[in-house]
Amino acid sequence: MISCSGVGKRYPGGLTALADVSCEIAAGEMVFVTGHSGAGKSTLVKLFAAIERPTAGSIVVNGQNLAALRPAALPYLRRNFGLVFQDQKLLFDRNALENVLLPLAIVGTPPAEATRRAQAALDKVGLLDRAKANPIALSGGEQQRLAIARAVVNRPAILLADEPTANLDTASAAGILDIFRAFHQVGVTVIIATHDPQWSGQPDTRVLHLAQGRVSA
Amino acid sequence: MKAWLTLHANALRDALRRLAATPLNTVLALFVIGIALTLPAAGWLLVENVQQAARSAASTQQISLFMALNADKAALADIESRLNQAAPGRWRFVPRDEALQRLQGNSGMAEIVASLPRNPLPEAFVVEPAETAPAALEALAKTFAGWPKVAHVQLDSAWAKRFDALLRIGRLAVLLLGAVFAAALVAVTFNTIRLQILAQGAEIELARLIGATDAWIRRPFTYFGALQGGLGGLLAAGLVTLGAHLLAAPVNELAALYGGSFILSGLGARAVAFITGAGALLGWLGAQISVAIHLRRLN
Repeated sequence: MISCSGVGKRYPGGLTALADVSCEIAAGEMVFVTGHSGAGKSTLVKLFAAIERPTAGSIVVNGQNLAALRPAALPYLRRNFGLVFQDQKLLFDRNALENVLLPLAIVGTPPAEATRRAQAALDKVGLLDRAKANPIALSGGEQQRLAIARAVVNRPAILLADEPTANLDTASAAGILDIFRAFHQVGVTVIIATHDPQWSGQPDTRVLHLAQGRVSA
Repeated sequence: MKAWLTLHANALRDALRRLAATPLNTVLALFVIGIALTLPAAGWLLVENVQQAARSAASTQQISLFMALNADKAALADIESRLNQAAPGRWRFVPRDEALQRLQGNSGMAEIVASLPRNPLPEAFVVEPAETAPAALEALAKTFAGWPKVAHVQLDSAWAKRFDALLRIGRLAVLLLGAVFAAALVAVTFNTIRLQILAQGAEIELARLIGATDAWIRRPFTYFGALQGGLGGLLAAGLVTLGAHLLAAPVNELAALYGGSFILSGLGARAVAFITGAGALLGWLGAQISVAIHLRRLN
């Protein structure tokens, strides 16, 4: 599903986020990308979704080499992913349901079906009763679950989450993890970047530990 | 196909919602655009009406052919046959005696005519050509002047030419005015869209990250620009129609005072459609430029 070889990312100014990363992630896998802060977890996640471009090496997603991708094809590549951003990027000028409707509007889902699917996605993360609430009125954990609902509403093949539990208490974090596991169980490839060591060692998952810009385990 | 329709319907609904969300802004923008389009539209209507009036006045355009005093019957017959070819049925002969009699009929001229030892007037032909365009009249007069025994050809087209030149200037002025205000409309739309893009920076950034094409991002803005421009054009057409309606009675009165009748014509359906369409097109253009520039900056 995703394979990278010799991937490096050097930012202007000389900061090397990734030195030489090679890895394979198969379809249906659940992978934790771990490491200290600054180890390059976020960068790797952004490279997968072609939000940033590597300065060395190559990344192939679904058989498509990202380096050879035309700019016009980029939006269609991104539709393979459900993205959960570190800063969530919820829109506060609309309610929870309308936030979840955005990815469906982008692909032109007819309104009735879109509403039905958005409600189903909210239901899956346990937010259906908060559909009309503005995200600003939701708790941290609820906001994170809303972001997940928006990421999965288009039934993406790959769920890509960057520090989804960073600011949550242990109970909320466990709830979020359960949601990701549920998607994994129905065949979605799940990739989670996290610095939280308690998540490693989960059954049926793999850990990709980054240290000094390389895979160390 | 269904997805495509949904995408466009969504964009249109989005644009309408944005128009409705800020009613005061929308009304003000529509007024700016409407008034900007009203001036050239009204100018165009004025030129059209003046041309209409001129055309009805110019319908009795005449060319007079004065024969040489020594022209004999054979020469006259020759001209008659030539006129039958050049302007069949549209000419008449004015014998010199008849002309003198008519002159005598004019008050104050009788004594002068009586004091003349002999008739000084030449035989003449009066032609009313079918084609009254100044250039055609000019060409015809030149042809007549070349015929034998024709002493003088008089074409009273000087005023028509001047008038035509004046109309051309008027039309050009309307065109320039239209261009200036078209640029203003594009600029107004450009700025409106710029503000919208700034206000929706977060949504645009997110939409891009989750797979929106540039066309998808651009669409609601271009619909908005076209809608705003089209509605502004419609408002302009309404204002011009209202103005023409208010002016119709006084203009009729004025025409009656000059012993004529003239009906001020308003904007036809085609003109209204044209103004609305032009407004929509210019709004669309302003939005396109704005989106292209500002989206590149957001990249």
